[in-house]
Amino acid sequence: MIYRILCTLVALGGLALAPGFAAAQSGPLRIEITEGVIEPLPVAVPDLVAETAGSAEMGAQLARVIAADLTGTGLFRELPSSAFISQVSDFGAPVQYADWKAINAQALVTGAVSVNGNQINVKFRLYDVFSGAELGDGLQFAGTVDGWRRIAHKVADVVYSRITGEGGYFDSRVVYVSETGPKDNRRKRLAVMDYDGANVQYLTGSEDIVLAPRFSKTGDRVLYTSYETGFPRIFVLDVGSVQRRVLESQVGTMSFAPRFAPDGQTVVYSISQGSNTDIYSMNINSGVTNRLTNTPAIETAPSFSPDGARIVFESDRSGTQQLYVMNAGGGEATRISFGEGRYGTPVWSPRGDLIAFTKQSKGRFHIGVMRTDGSEERLLTASFLDEGPTWSPNGRVIMFARETQGADGRSTLYSVDITGRNLRPVRTPEGGSDPSWGPLQP
Amino acid sequence: MKLRTSALMICAALSVAACTNPNRFGGGEAGADPFANGGANAGIAGSASDPSSPAYFQQSVGDRVLFAVDQSTLSPEGRSTLDGQAVWLLQNADFTAVIEGHADEQGTREYNLALGARRADAARAYLVAQGVQSSRLQVVSYGKERPIEICSEEACYAKNRRAVTVLAGGLSS
Repeated sequence: MIYRILCTLVALGGLALAPGFAAAQSGPLRIEITEGVIEPLPVAVPDLVAETAGSAEMGAQLARVIAADLTGTGLFRELPSSAFISQVSDFGAPVQYADWKAINAQALVTGAVSVNGNQINVKFRLYDVFSGAELGDGLQFAGTVDGWRRIAHKVADVVYSRITGEGGYFDSRVVYVSETGPKDNRRKRLAVMDYDGANVQYLTGSEDIVLAPRFSKTGDRVLYTSYETGFPRIFVLDVGSVQRRVLESQVGTMSFAPRFAPDGQTVVYSISQGSNTDIYSMNINSGVTNRLTNTPAIETAPSFSPDGARIVFESDRSGTQQLYVMNAGGGEATRISFGEGRYGTPVWSPRGDLIAFTKQSKGRFHIGVMRTDGSEERLLTASFLDEGPTWSPNGRVIMFARETQGADGRSTLYSVDITGRNLRPVRTPEGGSDPSWGPLQP
Repeated sequence: MKLRTSALMICAALSVAACTNPNRFGGGEAGADPFANGGANAGIAGSASDPSSPAYFQQSVGDRVLFAVDQSTLSPEGRSTLDGQAVWLLQNADFTAVIEGHADEQGTREYNLALGARRADAARAYLVAQGVQSSRLQVVSYGKERPIEICSEEACYAKNRRAVTVLAGGLSS
């Protein structure tokens, strides 16, 4: 377990400050994400100071992951260590603000690491260079050495959070489908990874087709669809034990597209029976099911609002795939998508303010977002095939899968900011599809 | 410490899962090789020249029907193929069949699963209307998961939008 301790040390650096510095800049260190950041904020992340023999390498690695988290948002630009005037060799020594200001570092992250056996202890401080003051208190994280990347993510989450005012998302995991092989012999297996593609663990074999894993709100369980029985069926898998069980279903039907309700006990999903596909809910413990839609159309891809009161889903009841919202208990649904093209795979944002979707228009695929009433639609991406958005825990970033065109087509995970900026691939050992972003870890 | 413990547990459980998870999908890929599945007749008696063989069903009767983009309506050619399938199934009553519905890659995963179900069910309903017992027919949709052609052009897409009647059972002795 990683835990943190609030440091009560005086912010020594601030004491040495010349009074003119604070007046020279326009306000506290702050990034307003909603405005869309065009000029990334310059940040310096020197290697963490080694406080025990042999922990210098760990100090360097921690700094690299913290910096990668920050620059990966597109909101920060890392200053190279070759530009540093000051070297941080003592975590407790006063910060030479003038040296950092001279290279235009607006934020400075310093830290120290000690390693004792399998125990690692990391301290850090965040400085607002132009104000010449610490931003928040120093913090300390302790854990095991093999969990070092999580500690780096936790540090970066705090830095991100203090500068943007938003919750972080770096110490989180993503469950997805790992893919190998050509299109006509593709092998798929479930995998879980850190948000940045590190620490991949495989959760199933690749004997059977597996599709669309979905994390529970707490990240302890995963729902997915597997052809293990020869027919699409929904399984629930415990991430810790990797034990799985198939959910009950009626013979002669197919079930797929599951998602948890926020309560962690209710599952919404689709059942295909004959030519018809409708949305049902099931209590995962009792097996009691409720039918939520009842039309001859295809109704699938349900996703709960974060308060559990409503469900967004796709239906072709109008003739083409469009998005609808209904109450969690089913009944009348309100269409919310009206643009040109087809809309599918809607996902409610964790903040409740937006719905992400896949849009198909004029032979191209897009990931987009709209408000929950369908207004203010914005397309964030465009390609031959973009599909299946999932939200970061803070609702600021969307991960999705992009498949390339042609016989050699391959699927790769990407992330993009909800402003449409900072599109970047997520490095995974194999191809990837159907990502589902889990919560920020405790 | 807890992190490390859970990682070890995951490793241990994975190896168990690998041991208890038989390759069940091998048969399910029968779209490419329908006779790997289900103990159909083998050898000379089951060759394509034997009208009661699955090979004959596949090659001479035709085991698949194709669909237009985003449609599950049977074409005249499709109905003609299914007429032949129905005659064959009525004459070879010891066979059952799984009808696999498929979609091309132009579409989202969940929608294509549902669309494949529509296509498979269209073929199933037609066969039942021709007198094939519904208890002999099962349907499964693979959505866009099992294309047989891999180019990203209509020539390939047209072949991937299909419902394939995969025989099972039959007298194996």
